[in-house]
Amino acid sequence: MAHFIDRRLNGKNKSTVNRQRFMRRYNSQIKKAVSDAVNNRSIQDITSGESVSIPTRDISEPVFHQGKGGKRTIVHPGNDQFITGDKISRPPPGAGSGSGGGEASDSGEGNDDFNFQISKDEYLDLLFEDLELPNLQENQFNSIVEMRTRRAGYTSHGNPGNISIIKSLQNSLARRTALAGGKKRKVKALQQQVDELTNQGEIEGQFVRELKKEIAELKERISKVPFIDTFDLRYNNFEQYAVPNSQAVMFCLMDVSGSMDQPTKDMAKRFYILLYLFLTRTYKTIEVVYIRHHTQAKEVDEHEFFYSQETGGTIVSSALKLMDKIVTDKFPANEWNIYAAQASDGDNWADDSPLCRKLLLDKIMPQVRYFSYIEITNRAHQTLWREYEKVAEEYSQFALQHIRQLEDIYPVFRELFKKQAA
Amino acid sequence: MLRDEVKQLSDGPDWNFPLLEEYHIEIKRIAEYYRLDTYPNQIEVITAEQMMDAYSSVGMPIGYNHWSFGKKFIQTEQSYKRGQMGLAYEIVINSNPCIAYLMEENTIPMQALVIAHACYGHNSFFKNNYLFKSWTDADSIIDYLVFSKNYIAECEQKYGIDAVENIVDSCHALMNYGVDRYKRPSEPSLSEEKRRQQERTDYLQTQVNELWRTLPQYNQKPEPTEPNYPAEPQENILYFVEKNAPLLQSWQREIIRIVRKISQYFYPQKQTQVMNEGWATFWHYTITNHMYDEGLVSDKFMLEILHNHTNVIVQPAYNSPYYSGMNPYALGFAMFTDIRRICEHPTEEDKAWFPDIAGSDWLDTLHFAMQNFKDESFISQYLSPKVMRDMHFFSIEDNENSKFIEVSAIHNEEGYQQLRNKLSAQYNLSNNEPNIQVFNVNKKGDRSLTLRYVPHQEIPLDAKSAQEVIKHLHRLWSFDVRLEQVQANGNVEIISQSASTKI
Repeated sequence: MAHFIDRRLNGKNKSTVNRQRFMRRYNSQIKKAVSDAVNNRSIQDITSGESVSIPTRDISEPVFHQGKGGKRTIVHPGNDQFITGDKISRPPPGAGSGSGGGEASDSGEGNDDFNFQISKDEYLDLLFEDLELPNLQENQFNSIVEMRTRRAGYTSHGNPGNISIIKSLQNSLARRTALAGGKKRKVKALQQQVDELTNQGEIEGQFVRELKKEIAELKERISKVPFIDTFDLRYNNFEQYAVPNSQAVMFCLMDVSGSMDQPTKDMAKRFYILLYLFLTRTYKTIEVVYIRHHTQAKEVDEHEFFYSQETGGTIVSSALKLMDKIVTDKFPANEWNIYAAQASDGDNWADDSPLCRKLLLDKIMPQVRYFSYIEITNRAHQTLWREYEKVAEEYSQFALQHIRQLEDIYPVFRELFKKQAA
Repeated sequence: MLRDEVKQLSDGPDWNFPLLEEYHIEIKRIAEYYRLDTYPNQIEVITAEQMMDAYSSVGMPIGYNHWSFGKKFIQTEQSYKRGQMGLAYEIVINSNPCIAYLMEENTIPMQALVIAHACYGHNSFFKNNYLFKSWTDADSIIDYLVFSKNYIAECEQKYGIDAVENIVDSCHALMNYGVDRYKRPSEPSLSEEKRRQQERTDYLQTQVNELWRTLPQYNQKPEPTEPNYPAEPQENILYFVEKNAPLLQSWQREIIRIVRKISQYFYPQKQTQVMNEGWATFWHYTITNHMYDEGLVSDKFMLEILHNHTNVIVQPAYNSPYYSGMNPYALGFAMFTDIRRICEHPTEEDKAWFPDIAGSDWLDTLHFAMQNFKDESFISQYLSPKVMRDMHFFSIEDNENSKFIEVSAIHNEEGYQQLRNKLSAQYNLSNNEPNIQVFNVNKKGDRSLTLRYVPHQEIPLDAKSAQEVIKHLHRLWSFDVRLEQVQANGNVEIISQSASTKI
């Protein structure tokens, strides 16, 4: 009478759609929480999930319910001291659970915020929603360098290694049926006739002999239909197709002269990490090259890039030169998608800035997909900014932005990569 | 008893399906011995995650998609992960066959307890209580839920998720006002038949009288005041909106109907919390004890059962930090147990209070009580002085105009009757939910809808949420919506109003 059903193997995520609906509805609040969070998080865990909190009033589901006041009668259990007629002074407002009778479904009125976790993927989706890599489309065609092979149906010519046995035998069967099927039916009919005549006890007369001869002839012709013909053969076909290159290299250029202190470097680092995360969403493999410079540029590893202390003057062009050299040596522009992000406090040796512009215009910009320059400073712009502005006029894939404090990073990042109107 | 002759069932603690089957056979046999009449059972074993899914869809096995269920799921998941709450051992659905979900994590004694509790306790309650019998249709609920899910999904495709979500949001806000509280569905009675007949005749008559309409009418006077529409206040706001809102499209009306039907389906459960849980708890206790007496289960098994049973029926006192109002399991169990006691071992007091049941057949009396009452009437009929004494009930009066709250009755001779009435009133849903009804529609003017709130015991309406709900109602009605309150002195005052729609 009773059925036991084991549902444990059924999907457990029946609520996924409802959860997505919830996320969709509160998208703007969640997004705000995410963008606040990106500034407050430590750099190491920038890719983990996030705890999001939404003010309860935004997600409440209102219903009519009774407010405070009026006359209420409540029966409580556990009387240990009262007798009829006792008067109890009212507890001060806010103390204890107060007026009781709290069956009204104004759930969660006491909580300030509605907290919940979103996964890493959801976090990154929200973080980079509506952003795109600029100029990706128009540049894509130039970068098609990798060819891959894929199946593409069948052909009638090809090399013996690629023979498709199933297709060939299907063709063979079809051809044999077409050529011999009618004859076989005829043989069968004639044979039946012969059998009938023989069964009737008739001795083998002229008619029967003729029938038998005809059968023999037909059988002969059937046997001449070959089992397999070159005509039947089919070969698996493969074709080459081009895929957009999925490898990218990201150059991080940073000024490490004395004027860049640790908080400034941290800000730069956050920017690099955002860019890196963003690139991972488009490209499968990403190389990162760290170039730091004061008067001389040097390729270093990550730790040294962010934490080693050096001082000195500033010659930005040294870093650009080194980058150009590394690109030429290791990352030819037709095989790699090259991105560069430069961070500096804007200090540069005045005579060097025009040289930087020249280097960018002539050598670097034609090769890179995108070059972003962020200036992290509270002071007025200097020569480097003005020279870079000229570069930006000529190349749309060059962008420069100004960051004053930590909170600017994410908005600036969004500004740089916001979707361009089609 | 026969302890030595009976083969004891394994007490686990792990369970497996053959063992569940063995236990079920025994429980079923005992349930039938006690005349528990049930729908066929469909027992499904699920995991904790699936239990959370079931939670968030408020126990519906299939539900349409809506963000609020997502919110509930996230809430449940969060508090479960942080260990703030455990999950229920089971969820049972009022359907035919009756679906019960058992958690995979339960031990075999727990599974047995849950089978007795849900599959025989709740199940028999669903099948036999008069509210469930007259208001819910266990045979068709699953089909209806499937229909509603598909219908709403279709609407989402046709009209967009946002449009559908808006309607469903508004309906949810008024869900408690989508039920008929007093009206009973009934077979068309003779008078109803006559009325319908009259309608048909009238219709024919209008066809005939059409000619006469063009004649000048001399003796017709203009009506002094426009009568209210509806003629009598309507408690079922959603129903009224569904049938009367001027601008709704048919798919929107259908969605209102779906929410209304589901609300109506759950309404009996709200009215019978104490009885339903008390009944199920009484039977898991009685059935497992019966099994123990027959020697079917071990001491170890019984200790685990009693441990859990005690946890379920604990009633913290008013001054305990764990106190959060009356525990329906505790009250219900105490009352059903007490009814059995009154039948089997009546005292003088019981004979005075319950002359008709003292000494009667306990099983008959219990079944009768389960079948014919809801919480409110059950308490006012069966709450005995002994239960009030045992639970140390006392009632307080909290009047905002007085400086003190006053103890109006305690568990003594003078207080029993009062306590019983007051506790019964506490379970009267129409006292707890604000009494708001559709009062009038300005049919000839601006088509505005007027609702009227009649306070119970001068308890005001929560203004903030009322304003929000009025916005939702305004979305459904599409014209101005007003909410009036009848003051203590009889005056009527507008307490909430939708922003004007005039452009």
